[in-house]
Amino acid sequence: MIKVEKLYKKFGSNEVLKDISTEIKKGEVVSIIGPSGSGKSTFLRCLNLLETPTSGSVIVNGQDLSGPKKDIQKIRQQIGMVFQHFHLFPHLTVLENLTYAPMKVKGEKKALAEEKARTLLKRVGLSDKEKAYPSSLSGGQKQRVAIARALAMEPELMLFDEPTSALDPEMVKEVLEVMKDLAKSGMTMAVVTHEMGFAREVADRVIFLDHGVLVEDGQPIEFFNSPKTERARDFLEKVL
Amino acid sequence: MNLDFSQIVPYIPFMLEGIWVTLKFVFFAIILGAILGTILALFKIGSIKPLRWFADAYTSIFRGTPLILQLMIIYYSIPQLTGYDISPFLSAILAFGLNSSAYISEIIRAGIQAVDKGQMEAAQALGIPYRAMMKDIILPQALKNILPALMNEFITLTKESAIVSTIGYLDLMRRAQVVGSDLFRNFEPLLFVGLIYWCLVMGLTVLGRLFERRLKLSD
Ligand SMILES: Nc1ncnc2c1ncn2[C@@H]1O[C@H](COP(=O)(O)OP(=O)(O)OP(=O)(O)O)[C@@H](O)[C@H]1O
Ligand SMILES: [Mg+2]
Repeated sequence: MIKVEKLYKKFGSNEVLKDISTEIKKGEVVSIIGPSGSGKSTFLRCLNLLETPTSGSVIVNGQDLSGPKKDIQKIRQQIGMVFQHFHLFPHLTVLENLTYAPMKVKGEKKALAEEKARTLLKRVGLSDKEKAYPSSLSGGQKQRVAIARALAMEPELMLFDEPTSALDPEMVKEVLEVMKDLAKSGMTMAVVTHEMGFAREVADRVIFLDHGVLVEDGQPIEFFNSPKTERARDFLEKVL
Repeated sequence: MNLDFSQIVPYIPFMLEGIWVTLKFVFFAIILGAILGTILALFKIGSIKPLRWFADAYTSIFRGTPLILQLMIIYYSIPQLTGYDISPFLSAILAFGLNSSAYISEIIRAGIQAVDKGQMEAAQALGIPYRAMMKDIILPQALKNILPALMNEFITLTKESAIVSTIGYLDLMRRAQVVGSDLFRNFEPLLFVGLIYWCLVMGLTVLGRLFERRLKLSD
């Protein structure tokens, strides 16, 4: 599904990602964890070219993203992204947030887009909010709308960047439930998270980044029970 | 004290007519300024270097020289260079429109850049093309930052509009001067139009505040 080879990313002289190679297979749920500033967000953002890699390649379904720029929009349509701070469109209703991109980008008819949007809203438990504006929603509701908005494009891969970090504790669960559901439905997912519970229970694989280096890449059970490296052990001691 | 306001009474309708004359060209100038300003602002935030360079140079020139000079250059040089006998009305609209587009482009640029960067990223992540993103996602949000500043620009323009009297356009200011030389008394008509300018500016200010409040309510 997505293959990363020898990925480097520099901001000026600051080398944020160093020689990252990994692969995410279809239907796989991968958790990306690591200390603050280790490059998790940057790594995720390289997967849909919100950041341009300095060198190395990202290959999505056989298409090399570091090639000519023309197809970026096409490829981005196949990759949904959910942000820490939601980034819903505040001047559009919940329903419009879901239908705008499918109509504009894929040329879907309004009736069809709305029908699909309603199905998605039902799936994330927000059927009664379709006419509401984002500012009237709670954090957890906003994030569920944001997930639905990304799903409305029918992506093959979903990227999550700390989707629960900006939420009040009592709202974390409702968002994680939606994500677990999504994982069960077979969606391919890359999730940057501080929710070790989620990484342990839902993820098929855990990637551990530290100072821009991919330090560990393996099964959650192995990673949490017997981390191979000193750095991972230190990190787990602090967060668990 | 040698003040006699009774003498200007017959001239009051003539001077009041100046309100309309002034507002008319200010209105067209601000429309021209808004259209050009939007285009320049898009140049400034865009990625095409020559256009960005052009917009920056344009802004620098129009903000870096006196408006009265720009007005004179347009009024006197166009007939001299092209043979077209440009009217004071058209010169005034052009000079004020071109000048305010420089200021308005800065207002709009700042308004766009004040929109949360996440909005652009969310749109990009959904694969929304640049044009559609600007038109449907970014500009509608920027408008809330832009409108109050635009109202300010409108007020400034109304006030500064008095300099078109120098090219013989019969605006409020010019009318005061005409009345003054008719009566051999300048103070009274000047004071009178001064009051009118003040009322206009206050009126626009109140209108602007009401407008802003409406915007806030719709949040
Ligand atoms: N646009 C940017 N320009 C310059 N430096 C950046 C930029 N984005 C990130 N960085 C730097 O890259 C490094 C990694 O940042 P990144 O956001 O990827 O870390 P992270 O692992 O997601 O951290 P956190 O857990 O705090 O979100 C940091 O040192 C950060 O300062
Ligand atoms: Mg981050």
